[in-house]
Amino acid sequence: MNASGSALLEVRDLCTQFSTLDGVVRAVDGVSFDVARGETLGIVGESGCGKSVTALSILRLIPPETGRIASGSIHFEGKDLATLAEPEMKRLRGHRISMIFQEPMTSLNPVLTVGTQIAENVVRHLDVSWKAARERAREMLDLVRISDGQRRLDEYPHQLSGGMRQRVMIAMALSCDPQVLIADEPTTALDVTIQAQILDLMLELKERTGTAIVLITHDLGVVAETAERVVVMYAGRKVEEAPVDALFARPLHPYTRGLMAAIPRLDVDAESGGRRPRLQEIPGLVPRLTQPIVGCAFASRCSLATDRCRVSAPPVVDAGGGHTVACWEARP
Amino acid sequence: MTAYIARRVFAVLPVMAVVALFVFFLLRFAPGDPAAIIAGDDATSEAIAAVRAKLGLDRPMAEQFGLWLWGLLHGDMGVSIFSNLPVTRLIAQRLEPTAALTLATLFVSVAMAVPIGVVAAWKARKLVDRLVMGFAVLGFAVPGFVLAYVLIYFFAVQWQMLPVQGYRPVGEGLWPFVEGLILPSVALGITYMALIARITRASMLEVLQQDYIRTANAKGLATDRVLLLHALKNAAVPIVTVIGIGIALLISGVVITETVFNIPGLGRLTVDAVLKRDYPIVQGLILVFAAAKVFLNLLIDISYAFLDPRIRY
Amino acid sequence: MVAVTDDLPLPARRFSLGTAIRRNPTIAIGTVLLLILVAIAIVGPYFVGNPLKIAPVNRLRPPSERWWFGTDQFGRDVFARTIWGSQVSLIVGLSVAAISSTLGLAIGLACGYFRRIDGLVMRIMDGVMAIPSILLAIALITLTRPGLGIVIVAIVIPEVPRIVRVVRAVVLSIRSQPYIESAIAGGTRNTKLLLRHVLPNTLAPLIVQSTYVCASAMLIEAGLSFLGAGVPPEIPSWGNIIAQGRTFFQIAPWTILIPGAFLATTVLAVNLLGDGLRDRLDPRLARRL
Repeated sequence: MNASGSALLEVRDLCTQFSTLDGVVRAVDGVSFDVARGETLGIVGESGCGKSVTALSILRLIPPETGRIASGSIHFEGKDLATLAEPEMKRLRGHRISMIFQEPMTSLNPVLTVGTQIAENVVRHLDVSWKAARERAREMLDLVRISDGQRRLDEYPHQLSGGMRQRVMIAMALSCDPQVLIADEPTTALDVTIQAQILDLMLELKERTGTAIVLITHDLGVVAETAERVVVMYAGRKVEEAPVDALFARPLHPYTRGLMAAIPRLDVDAESGGRRPRLQEIPGLVPRLTQPIVGCAFASRCSLATDRCRVSAPPVVDAGGGHTVACWEARP
Repeated sequence: MTAYIARRVFAVLPVMAVVALFVFFLLRFAPGDPAAIIAGDDATSEAIAAVRAKLGLDRPMAEQFGLWLWGLLHGDMGVSIFSNLPVTRLIAQRLEPTAALTLATLFVSVAMAVPIGVVAAWKARKLVDRLVMGFAVLGFAVPGFVLAYVLIYFFAVQWQMLPVQGYRPVGEGLWPFVEGLILPSVALGITYMALIARITRASMLEVLQQDYIRTANAKGLATDRVLLLHALKNAAVPIVTVIGIGIALLISGVVITETVFNIPGLGRLTVDAVLKRDYPIVQGLILVFAAAKVFLNLLIDISYAFLDPRIRY
Repeated sequence: MVAVTDDLPLPARRFSLGTAIRRNPTIAIGTVLLLILVAIAIVGPYFVGNPLKIAPVNRLRPPSERWWFGTDQFGRDVFARTIWGSQVSLIVGLSVAAISSTLGLAIGLACGYFRRIDGLVMRIMDGVMAIPSILLAIALITLTRPGLGIVIVAIVIPEVPRIVRVVRAVVLSIRSQPYIESAIAGGTRNTKLLLRHVLPNTLAPLIVQSTYVCASAMLIEAGLSFLGAGVPPEIPSWGNIIAQGRTFFQIAPWTILIPGAFLATTVLAVNLLGDGLRDRLDPRLARRL
């Protein structure tokens, strides 16, 4: 853990819970991480591991009827976002921290023009006229490489392709020069070729604007290409954190290793005599989050699990070089 | 857009044709002898024959239809059996109070019900919401004319704040005109308001679950902008649809409301015509009311194109 | 670009009038209220006085121990009249719901299934729906002799298209299901398809819709009677009692308010039942709540 104190965003022991008919779901259960100025942090895990809820918690967009941040803190620019008053939180969203979502098809408002949707963010946060905000919106469209921006401003989302809509989302999110951009599965719903374009665009804009990116994805390939540091989550908990190279070179947690074994690889063909090795799957199911998990959350699916793993939660072990892992059996 | 509007306008024609055919054949194929019923129980056979001749029922069906349609297309809806005055003129004389009452109720109900529904959806499951829903369920069950008497009893009889009944044309001053319309509008509009408030709430609740609302919130937009622009504009199509469906309620209700409040409009004309079995007037009124309903619904269909850009293309 | 949706989401939206407070408890409340009213309508008349007995001496008496609901301008017992009136409302409500559901189901199945007649029949239904229901009923009644039967017929006609639209929408959506298409391709006979696959699926929305028709029929009947175009004035229906109380309303408001309250309660009970059934039977809504 980079407890340097100079981090831009510090998440500490975040617990987010939902009340459901089956009981309280501990969607995020004591997660901590830092985001440094201008860096790209990847958060990976299977669906349901709590990565999206972590992202929504940072912006406090958890639906208040069912969910709440039960404990923990989220420090950003000297404030604790976990307890900040709602009006102040509103001033922060879309301005200092902004977010883009998985579904570009449904995340833009179908009855408002692209120009309105970008410009309203600018008007809301930067104290400028609508005219100036529209001009800013057009610049942003140029920046995300949507051609003929002037005309596009007056178009509606249904007139744009999926990739274009995600570009609009990015333009909107970056229109007020935020410090942090949280991207929740930004490319999952897009075609593979478009995915690469969008990721490249995000990285390029990051270089240009210095915005830190929190990239949430289930796709280790995306993480390998874009992130500098990676947090691996499982069942609401952080199981491993490392610089991206270290993680891929030496994954320590059995779950991380399982994830990597499940990625199809092209480069091993020659070694195995032209036959690709069968992809490995991780046996078993993710534990139910409605009961408190005793011991290591992964123990029931882990081939290395011992009795100790099933009764007491593993401590976070520092493997050096910013690489930490929460596992009894990992050998740093 | 033009193509869409043209399609909508064109779709009105078959509907009005069916309405016209319906009233034409209703008289011709009614069970028993309509002429005898219209003439009354103690009518002589000469009187019945006179009524039959007046209605044109003594001619061949094809000729009846041709004459009737020709007249209708020229704005001639026949003459009243009793007063011998043209139905068109009788209706024109009574149009103003009905139009004033219906339109005032329409606008006031929508202007009140939509904000109520929005607030209920915003505060879903809280006290305000429960009160609104309770009102909506009751408003759906209490017949307008019963409510009318409750209102009259308190506001006009007990507290003497408003006139018991009657109608004053706008030409006699704005306040007397408005004063006379308040109680009838509330009585007429209550079910309509309940209907619109319910659909507004339901439609808003559905929209508030959508991803683009989360996006709007992630931009830190003010609550009123999220609710009134991002959500309400998306929720508008079903709301406007129900505003249209409910126009039928208003038109049915106006007949009764005018009777309660003694307003000399088309509703009273209808009741008088029914009691005297003056079928040409009833027939003309059906055509006029159906045309009004179809026309208002046409406006609503056209408004979709302005509310949802996806419909324009 | 999204394809133009010519068919606006009207039939589907009719079911979306859903709300939170009306979950399953409402079925219970509605049923209990209705059962009480049915019991009153069936056994009540044996226990109350003659609703038609005129007694000018006792005219316009306020509610008291002797006349629970007071008397009207002819000295008739409003309590007895109101109890008898419940019969008229329930008979009209139930028979209109039953008749128009049966007719609507038959026409709706035919339209949804035999596409050749669909266009013509639906145009006719649109036309009938364009006529406000009270006016349509009034027109019919103008041409016939007054009676309970003609009132029922006059209310059935404008209600049928509403049922037809609901049934037809269900049939069309079922028809496009792969298992029906494969059954058609496999040569299953029309009647068997309709009875085995289509009919059962229409029942839930049909039941829900017919409760609303029942409520609406009772309101229309009361309205027609109030206007003097409903059941003959000598029959004590709630609408007739209210209509006859008009003249003396200011000094004898009970003649209107009491039958009015009964009417409102009955309609409320039927609506609550309908709302509860809809939330229970329509899974799309159940999921949202």
